[in-house]
Amino acid sequence: MTKFTYTDQKDTRSGFGAGLLELGRTNPEVVALCADLVGSLKMQDFIDEFPERFFQVGIAEANMMGVAAGLTIGGKIPFTGTFANFSTGRVYDQIRQSIAYSGKNVKICASHAGLTLGEDGATHQILEDIGLMKMLPHMTVINPCDYNQTKAATIAIAEYEGPVYLRFGRPKVPVFTPADQKFEIGKALKMIEGNDVTIFATGHLVWEAIEAEAVLAKEGISVEVINIHTIKPLDIQAIIESAKKTGCVVTAEEHQMNGGLGDSVAQTLALNLPTPLEMVAVNDSFGESGTPEQLMKKYGIDAENIVKAVKRVMKRK
Amino acid sequence: MNKPSIETLEKTASQVRRDIVRMVHAVNSGHPGGSLGCTDFLTALYFNIMDIKKPFDPDGRDEDMFFLSNGHISPVWYSILARSGYFPVSELATFRKLDSRLQGHPATEEGLPGIRVASGSLGQGLSVACGAAQAKKLNKDDKRVYVLMGDGELDEGQVWEAAMYAAHHKIDNLIATVDYNGQQIDGPTSDVMDLKDLKAKWQAFGWDVIESDGNDMKSVINAMTLAKSLSGKGKPVVNLMKTEMGAGVDFMMGSHKWHGVAPNDEQLATALAQLEETLGDY
Repeated sequence: MTKFTYTDQKDTRSGFGAGLLELGRTNPEVVALCADLVGSLKMQDFIDEFPERFFQVGIAEANMMGVAAGLTIGGKIPFTGTFANFSTGRVYDQIRQSIAYSGKNVKICASHAGLTLGEDGATHQILEDIGLMKMLPHMTVINPCDYNQTKAATIAIAEYEGPVYLRFGRPKVPVFTPADQKFEIGKALKMIEGNDVTIFATGHLVWEAIEAEAVLAKEGISVEVINIHTIKPLDIQAIIESAKKTGCVVTAEEHQMNGGLGDSVAQTLALNLPTPLEMVAVNDSFGESGTPEQLMKKYGIDAENIVKAVKRVMKRK
Repeated sequence: MNKPSIETLEKTASQVRRDIVRMVHAVNSGHPGGSLGCTDFLTALYFNIMDIKKPFDPDGRDEDMFFLSNGHISPVWYSILARSGYFPVSELATFRKLDSRLQGHPATEEGLPGIRVASGSLGQGLSVACGAAQAKKLNKDDKRVYVLMGDGELDEGQVWEAAMYAAHHKIDNLIATVDYNGQQIDGPTSDVMDLKDLKAKWQAFGWDVIESDGNDMKSVINAMTLAKSLSGKGKPVVNLMKTEMGAGVDFMMGSHKWHGVAPNDEQLATALAQLEETLGDY
């Protein structure tokens, strides 16, 4: 199986911006809304080419969700853009009633998710968004791993009919998936094949998992790395299949332990195939100011902590 | 289209009022007060003002659309939709019951024709109406979008976000109406959260404002006709419509007490005695 390397680092939000621009050119029903964060969300290229299909909402996210729901009536496919915090927690009831319960085809696109937003600190570093969104009936939740996958996911969700939460981030992270890889919602991607332990990772933690695998391989541990870019609907079959083979699993994500990917994998395994499991995630804590690297280390969500979790879980086999 | 006369509309409204009190009585729950207060308005809207198509098209292309933001007055909307032919009148008997399409608050989940978005959690309808109106503009559809809000609902900040948005984006195919009955659950709006000069507020937000009497059919028709003539001129239009909560049933009028309370058997009989059965009870 491929050994992953990268030559470039890019922010996933730019992958969103590129995907949106491409959608502008290929799908006339796609429209975009933003709550005064056009630069941060990389939406300017779309706006320049399709000014009549862009709606500036100002700093009014609740209204943005309602307007987006309304735009679907008449066939538009609205993409909303703001930070993850303001895309979820701030507007939960608007999403719940006007979008999810109403089955509206809105794509909620959220940047600056998690700790790696960095220096702005905990007010903006939402670590609960996946949990909030996955609890909503009808909602699809996607957390791609790099620039290419974010771009591909942005394009793919326009084809899918129904509400979607698409989560990405601020910092530059390694680009290691192929630019031409088609994005399949709900289909886990096996990145590295192994036999002793499975790491289920999501978002840019997939890269951390790949780095952890390299360290563990040198110690003779055969690690399987699976990219769970879609947290809901979860690829239950892929999870059970891999857990059956390796007998122990680690989950890795930039999110609270409560409500995140780890929680979904644990539920799946507890119901189908009880398996020792360790979670690499933020443990019931808010973040703080710092650089992305410092924060990932301090809050225990980097490659080093994945290695430690693998060693812990293998002892429980 | 042949528009019904004021007299015909009033007869329809009487039947709708019967439906409302019978529906909430049957399940001993629901919101008769605001429903009765808005009966004349919704009757005029669906039977005279709006240009609508049947069967129901969820996308509402090339037809006028209505959104009910204050979803708790679902009884009046359900009755109007049924009496307009969107679904069988007999289905009104399922209101608020298990497995019904007529949920306590309007919803799309069960596929009830006539409803395009869920409402009930207040303050969201104007935003949705803005989006729907903008979709019409993008689709080169020259029909209008109507939305009704409660006055108590105006406490919600999102309403004012949407009000600012509609004026900024010149959404002039949008006609909002405020059910200005001066009552909310905990009492008169002046006590609970004073709306102060509501007309000045909307004007300051950049809207064309009209004022009307929502319990006089002629006034409702005139106001909405005026609203239509004001639309298409670069500004959204709002109709501040004075109504009486419980209008048409004497003992329910003029108090917030009948906001969310159903009549008992005796009260139902008293109410029905005041409301002529014009189209046949369901």
